[in-house]
Amino acid sequence: MPGILVFAEQRDGQIKRSSAEAISEGRRLADRLTGPLTVAVAGSGIAGLGEEAARFGSDRVLLYDDPALAAYSSEGYAAAVAAAVEEAAPAAVLFSATAMGRDLAPRVAARCGSGLASDCVGLSVEGTTLRARRPVFSGKAYATVEFGGLAMATLRPNVFPRVEGRKPTCEILTRPLPIDASAIRGRVVRTEAAERREVDVSEASIIVAGGRGLKEAGNFSLVRDLAEALGGAVGASRAVVDAGWIEHAHQVGQTGKVVAPALYVACGISGAIQHLAGMSTAKVIVAINRDPEAPIFAIATYGIVGDLFEVVPKMVEEIRRLRAE
Amino acid sequence: MNLLVCIKQVPDTETRIRISPDGRWFDESGVTFVLSPFDECAVEEAIRIKEAKGGEVVVVTAGPERAASALRTCLAMGADRAVHIKDEFVERADALTVARALAAVARGTPFDLIFAGKYGVGADNGQVGPMLAELLGIPQVTAVGALELGEGRITARREIEGAVEIVEALLPALVTAEKGLNEPRYPSLKGIMAAKKKPIETRDLASLGVTLPPAGQEPLRWVSLELPPPRAKGKVFTGDTAESSRQVVRLLREEAKVI
Repeated sequence: MPGILVFAEQRDGQIKRSSAEAISEGRRLADRLTGPLTVAVAGSGIAGLGEEAARFGSDRVLLYDDPALAAYSSEGYAAAVAAAVEEAAPAAVLFSATAMGRDLAPRVAARCGSGLASDCVGLSVEGTTLRARRPVFSGKAYATVEFGGLAMATLRPNVFPRVEGRKPTCEILTRPLPIDASAIRGRVVRTEAAERREVDVSEASIIVAGGRGLKEAGNFSLVRDLAEALGGAVGASRAVVDAGWIEHAHQVGQTGKVVAPALYVACGISGAIQHLAGMSTAKVIVAINRDPEAPIFAIATYGIVGDLFEVVPKMVEEIRRLRAE
Repeated sequence: MNLLVCIKQVPDTETRIRISPDGRWFDESGVTFVLSPFDECAVEEAIRIKEAKGGEVVVVTAGPERAASALRTCLAMGADRAVHIKDEFVERADALTVARALAAVARGTPFDLIFAGKYGVGADNGQVGPMLAELLGIPQVTAVGALELGEGRITARREIEGAVEIVEALLPALVTAEKGLNEPRYPSLKGIMAAKKKPIETRDLASLGVTLPPAGQEPLRWVSLELPPPRAKGKVFTGDTAESSRQVVRLLREEAKVI
């Protein structure tokens, strides 16, 4: 039976955590299909990553190891994954929905003429057909889609569990670069660490976000204080990003980042539909707002109707006291 | 410099989604449709390049009749002409079919740089741009937050997990726009009047050599659309703020166990 192919992303000699999740989900689906699981890795000097890629239950690892793949390029990496598709002839190809996966997967899907489901939160096998569940309208609704023929999907990070279990029979094979390096016309030339040492909202497990209730840009320090006390990231509503109080990278919502942290604290955010779409799958939501009618209270786990200029400093004090105990 | 911008008309982000009676799509009645917010940045960037270097900005969309108003918005912003691939069902087609139709238009339009939004707000796929680059055999840079135009090449910055990537690509190339790439202009009254005289060429899929895959043979088909399950009712404190703050911090630790 055809099995599953997973593209595993590596950065700086490490398989990314989200790729380990995709490989684990690939193993589960391959077992349902009674087919093999192949993992493809691309890069330069990655011979040592074979074992790492094998840890999550693959039957075969294909290493595309070439100096021309040292930096990410959609053209070079798409050629490697397309070659892996040809060799493994899978029923489905999985990527993680990271910056790289989102860039690469559509390119590979177009090359292979296959359907692609983006940012999936669930995959299932119905008979021999693969189905995917994915958020649309930034999570205001969920679509279930079905593939005809070769299926491709990007998997939302932090949704699928990692399951370790190396197969003693796993083969680790090196493959040549299936493209002439001069045919690569676009590539990453440099990577810069984010300017400030702040936690990225898209990867944070705790987010404290501020909205128009803060009244002015300078008051964002309150939000930062609470985020720091909780060890979380700083988020923002579209209104305050548009007002220039904070950069777009912090925006949570339909045209910003869609987040699903364990804890989301909304300070002075009324809860416009496009904001709720970006954070309503947080495990626990705390809302602080003066207006008892604010829509944010309808989805809050805990709500405080009151002045955030009193509430937030008090919470910071309480958290510090608890932490000190 | 010839610039081609691929845009999509989408439900306004303030739209409350209701599921259509067939359970597969959303109810479009009463919904306001707008130019997708990321596409606004794509159009703005193309117009700025034209203003600096000369050339032509052509906007193209694949969509039903109503999508023409999004093209008019782009023309009012300053694009020169538009191509409307008009089909009532093309929006529900898979991304590859849409990319094939756009590729057919691109092959008949001289371009140095193609722009699109990071994704069409709503479907949230982010597939059509890179698929189009692949079909045309050109390099791509997606979710671009800053763009510099050099001699025969571009340098682009894109945010990745916890870092920023700087990507160089030779022209012709395709770029998808992230918010923050620029501050899109509002169409001026003069621009709106001028847009009425600018041409919108209408094409159908057949004339582009593209057909929608027959029912049951789509590479990807929608099975159903549902609303997320409602959240459980929470506890709201309305009393003394100091006491409420203490209570909530205690609940976060003892009940929710998240801190």
